[in-house]
Order: sequence, then structure tokens, then C-alpha cells
Amino acid sequence: MNPLIFAQDLTKRFDSFTAVDGVDFAVYPGEVVGFLGPNGAGKTTTIRMITCTSPLTAGTLQVFGLDVDRHPRQIKAQIGVAPQENNLDPDFTVLENLITYGRYFRLPRKEIQKRAAELLEFVQLTEKANESVERLSGGMKRRLILARSLLNRPRLLILDEPTTGLDPQGRRLIWERIRALRQSGITVVITTHYMEEAEQICDRILIMNQGQIIAEGSPEELIRQHVGGEVVEVIPEDGAEQAILKEIEGRCPYQRLGEKWEIFVSDGTSVLERLKTRVRFTSYSIRRPNLEDVFLRLTGRDLHE
Amino acid sequence: MNRGSIAAIAGRRLWVPHLSSRAWTVWRRDFDVFRRLFWVNFAVPMLEPILYLLALGFGLGLFVKEIHGVSYSRFIAPGLVSGAIMYGAFFECSYASFVRMYYQKTFDAIIATPVNLEEVVAGEILWGATRSAINATVVFFVVSVFGLTSPFFLLGILPLAFLGGLLFASFGMISTSLVPAIEHFNYPFFLFITPMLLLSGIFFPIEILPRALQSASFTLFPLAHLVKIARALMLSRLGLGLLWNLLWMAGVALIAFPLALYLMQRRLIK
Repeated sequence: MNPLIFAQDLTKRFDSFTAVDGVDFAVYPGEVVGFLGPNGAGKTTTIRMITCTSPLTAGTLQVFGLDVDRHPRQIKAQIGVAPQENNLDPDFTVLENLITYGRYFRLPRKEIQKRAAELLEFVQLTEKANESVERLSGGMKRRLILARSLLNRPRLLILDEPTTGLDPQGRRLIWERIRALRQSGITVVITTHYMEEAEQICDRILIMNQGQIIAEGSPEELIRQHVGGEVVEVIPEDGAEQAILKEIEGRCPYQRLGEKWEIFVSDGTSVLERLKTRVRFTSYSIRRPNLEDVFLRLTGRDLHE
Repeated sequence: MNRGSIAAIAGRRLWVPHLSSRAWTVWRRDFDVFRRLFWVNFAVPMLEPILYLLALGFGLGLFVKEIHGVSYSRFIAPGLVSGAIMYGAFFECSYASFVRMYYQKTFDAIIATPVNLEEVVAGEILWGATRSAINATVVFFVVSVFGLTSPFFLLGILPLAFLGGLLFASFGMISTSLVPAIEHFNYPFFLFITPMLLLSGIFFPIEILPRALQSASFTLFPLAHLVKIARALMLSRLGLGLLWNLLWMAGVALIAFPLALYLMQRRLIK
């Protein structure tokens, strides 16, 4: 199967700063792929190159098999973009925003009106059609941006931090809509720094750090490969730090979050039993590892081996 | 040969503007916003030329017998139309475009569609020129109600307003591409637009200035050429010499327009 997006040695430099440092990746039809990484990792810069709004410094980038620097119009006609920043048109109502945007794709007016009505239904904004966008809540604005990005019936949908700043209800509503879109077969590329978001909706995750892709796989694969079976969480009693350090230093990866220690092991129960005989804890538990553990391990923050 | 290989030969990315009729979709966006606020945009600005006529034409004008064989009111009427042409386009493509570009991120939203940045900027400039034509019509309407010109001459003023509008819109867009922040529009406004308004022959005949200032005015100020053509037109004194002024304006517009596209590209495509 031919990839929908194909990047090889993709590089973007701003003066002396390298934002994207020779990355290779491919996105296949029907996938929901997430770019995960801390702020400044190069996610949005990568997205901007895919959407043909920022030229490459070096490397190859093809979307739908077309070079981004030679066929930006054909590519953009088939992409839907929901940017990180809210750039709805504040001078217009909800419906006028969609109608104006549809014109940029040279869609006939009747067709735009038909699609706009369907999409407002899809994002549950039908009653707000004639409301000024200035009077929408943050969640409604994000939903309108999602609707706008679907006006041209894109083959590829690009969502740059689609739920940043939303409350849990607003976030869940967006996730649910993205799942509905995936059912319809659309390919989705999403950037986020919310681990839960990536775990909830992505088939495959690319973790970026300092301009490079440092890991790739499904959420389960990433957890299995980079963290292992279980996480032992303990809070030692005062003065017991040295004792616990002696037990785990050099044997298994761990990290300290305040007074809590998280120890990554394959068999949590036996490790905890052994530790309990030598160190006094005020509390202890075992949990399943999650993507956040992977992320923190790979991006190297607060982590000691 | 495609753009990519030309750039490869030159060893760097060449800038070639890609323009199509899609620019009009951007024009249409601005027009729709204007229409929503029709009365604010159309009726209220009518007050300004009325006030100018009252203060200058009928107030100050009492002390001025005649200039070039016409009353002072008839003398300044074409100047007021010209000033409206300049301000209409320059304001639209400086402050208003900057707000759309920087605060509202409207340009970012549009360039995610098949419309490219050159077309966004061209659409904005076309809209700026349209604003000039609209504003000129408003002022023209007022001065013809006061009997200061014949309504028939609107047929000449409209294309002239559009040409002048393209020129001043491109100037406005060039300043938008250069200002670091919105406050910096004070530079073009106070160092260029205001001197131009005062020294381009709107309020007094440019010929009474010292020769050096006269030629400076015709060298630096597009408005001086515009006022000259508008006045000849509205006082029905057209002559072949005006072709020079018309060509001068067209020439400057022809340079400023692509320069505006280039500089906006440089500012926004990173």
C-alpha cells in the first residue's frame, strides 16, 4: 500500500536552530497517527511542512505521492487542517465562516450550504449557525474548526493539538467525533502532548524530541518495548532513601516524583515483596505502565537509570 | 521547466508569484465583512467631506476669492475625493490588513486551503482599491450634491480611484510587511501620508510652492499626480499632459504591487 504521507530525511532549520532534524516516517491510508512530544519538539513544524505552508530546508516530503514544494494546491485541496491556534473569522457568524471557507476551495454555493448543514449537525452546532463566533465557548470553537476542516471532504485530516485548553467534556466530545471520522475511513494525523489523548485515539504514535523521532509504534507496543511489565510505586519513610537506592540503583530504571518513587520492572509483586523486607514504606502499590511512563523515559526528564 | 528545477539550478529558492482568480475569493471575504457593517462603513464617512467643505470651502473659502478661476469649494472638491482615495486603500491595507494578518490569523486560515499567500495579498490589495472607489464615490456624491461638480464625471473618477487605490493599497501592504508591531504604522502615517495630504495640491495650488518643493512633491507623492488628474477631470479641463501623471501612477503601481507580494511572502512564509 502506498503511503499517504512519505517523509525522508525531512529537515527544517530556522537560521541556526534545527526544528526538524532529518526525520523519516510514513503515514498509510486509514491510520490515525499521533505526533507526541514536549513543546518545541518539532511537531507543529512538521505539520506545517505537510500542509505546504512552510518550505522544507532539506529532504523529501510527499503527500498523496506529490512533492509538497511542487504541487501545494493539489495537496491542499485534499487536506483538512485544524490548526492549533483558533483562527476562525471573528467578523462572521458560524455559518458564514463555513461559507467563506468553502469558497476558498471553489465549491459551488449550494454544495457549501449542504455540506455546512451536515457538518454543523456532525459537530452539534446546528443551533448556533447564526451566532457570532465571538460568542462561542472554547469547546464550540474547536468543534467549528473541526467542521471547517472537513468542508472540502479531505482524504487527510490534520489536527494540531485539537483539544488543548478544553474541559474534559469538550475533550471527550472531540475524541468521539475523531473516532467517528476514523470509522468513515479518513486518515488522521494528530499532534498532542496529552498522553491520554494519544492512547485513546491513535493507532500509531511517533514520539518526537528535539527535532527527531525517537520512538514509534502502537501505544501498547511502545509501553511493552520501553517500560516493560509493571510499575511499582512506593513512598519510603523518612530517612529510608539510601536503603531503597541501594536496592534498585543499577538494577532497574526508576524515577522520583517528589517523595514518590516509580520503579519499572517486569514482575512487580516479587520486587515489591523483596523491597518490603529491607525498606520501610509509608505506602506502596503496583500499577500498569502507561504512555506517560514511556514518554518520560524517552524524553529523559527526571529519570535515572 | 518547473519551479523546483529552476531553483535547483540557481542553487536557492527563487520567488515567483503564483496568481490566479482565487484572489477574488479573498476580496469577497473582505467585501462580505464590509457589507455586514454597511452603515458604519458607508454613511458615517459621509460626514467627513461635509465637515471639510463647511470648514474649508465655506469657512476659509470666504477669504479666498478664486483659484484657477473657480471658487475655493470647487477647487478643493477634487482634492477631497483624492484624499479619500488615498486613505481608503492605505488604511485598509495597513491597519486593517495587519489586524487580519496578526491578530485574527485570517491569512493563516486561508493559506491552508488551495489559495496561496500571493493570492491572499493580491485579494487584500484589490479590496483596498475597491475601498478607494467606494470612499471616492461617497465624497463625490457629497460634493456633487453641493453642486461642486457634475455627477457625470463619476465615470472618470471610478477607474481613477481604482488605479490610485491599487497604488496606495500596495504601499499600505508594503508597510504591513515591514512593521514589527501595529504601533509602528505611525511612521508611514506621520512621515508619509500626512505630509502627502498637505503638500500634494489639495488645499492650495502646488505651483505656489518653491520649485524644489514642487518637484519633490511630484517625485515623492503619488497623491500630487492623483489630485492633478482628478481636478482636471472634475473641472472638465482635461489635457494631454495628464497622460504623464497617469503613466507615472500606473508605473509606480506596477512596481509596488509585486513588491508588496514579495515582502509579505518574506514576512509570513518561514
